[in-house]
Amino acid sequence: MFVRLSTGLAALFLLSGAAFAQGAAKPTDPQIAHIAYTAGQLDIDAAKQALAITKNDEIRAFAQDMVRDHTAVNEQALALVKKLKVTPEDNDTSRSLTKQAAAKLTELAKLKGAEFDKAYVANEVAYHKTVNGALESLLIPSASNAELKSLLQTGLKIFQGHEQHAEHVASALK
Amino acid sequence: MTPRWICLAALALSGLLSVSAHAETIQVTIDKLVFSPAEVTAKIGDTIEWINKDILAHTATATNNDWNVAIAPKQTARLLLNKAATVDYFCKYHPNMKGRVLVTP
Repeated sequence: MFVRLSTGLAALFLLSGAAFAQGAAKPTDPQIAHIAYTAGQLDIDAAKQALAITKNDEIRAFAQDMVRDHTAVNEQALALVKKLKVTPEDNDTSRSLTKQAAAKLTELAKLKGAEFDKAYVANEVAYHKTVNGALESLLIPSASNAELKSLLQTGLKIFQGHEQHAEHVASALK
Repeated sequence: MTPRWICLAALALSGLLSVSAHAETIQVTIDKLVFSPAEVTAKIGDTIEWINKDILAHTATATNNDWNVAIAPKQTARLLLNKAATVDYFCKYHPNMKGRVLVTP
């Protein structure tokens, strides 16, 4: 069931560039845990690329914030799945996110200086918007375990802060 | 005649007592990236205690650079207020977290 609907979801993703689709199959807790963890890890990877390339102090500080916060949240997520004896389950949404992020890393790797900084932070705004939207409308409402739901809600607060921070950094670059 | 050391001890003790009687510890809780209360009033000699309930590292960084306090995840950090001023502060890592301390003499 999830597989069939997810194929539709993947098709949608190809059309719209979004890894999440509203009204798609309700993900299970092991899938939600996998998606949330993956989304965090991908942002850490993006930040590490930024730290290797950027010469801008503000971008550097922002990227360090992303590594610090997403690492903290993911550590918490790992501790929770261990406690709940849940094994995160790979799924189409995680795979599309990963594929999309890999394409973005390749695209950004070709840029330098201010061009890179702008593209990185613009993607951070867009990425956090997408993930926050998915948390709000799909992942949090679908989570059945109360502790998982609560961690996702905390995550949402944190990532909304990141989105605003990224917007602030983006407007300062202009 | 009272031995001199007793006088000194008494003096020291009264000094301590007077400080502890007046100085207060004002608590500010950090929960889900919010300083609460966002604004506190204090007197010189008071201490602010930030209680970080988040799993994240935060800071209380004065916009006028007077102080910068690191607050580790799930930990408490303190700052002794020694200057009368109104100080706006924020978290360096999460700049939309904002607070204010009003210190009066």
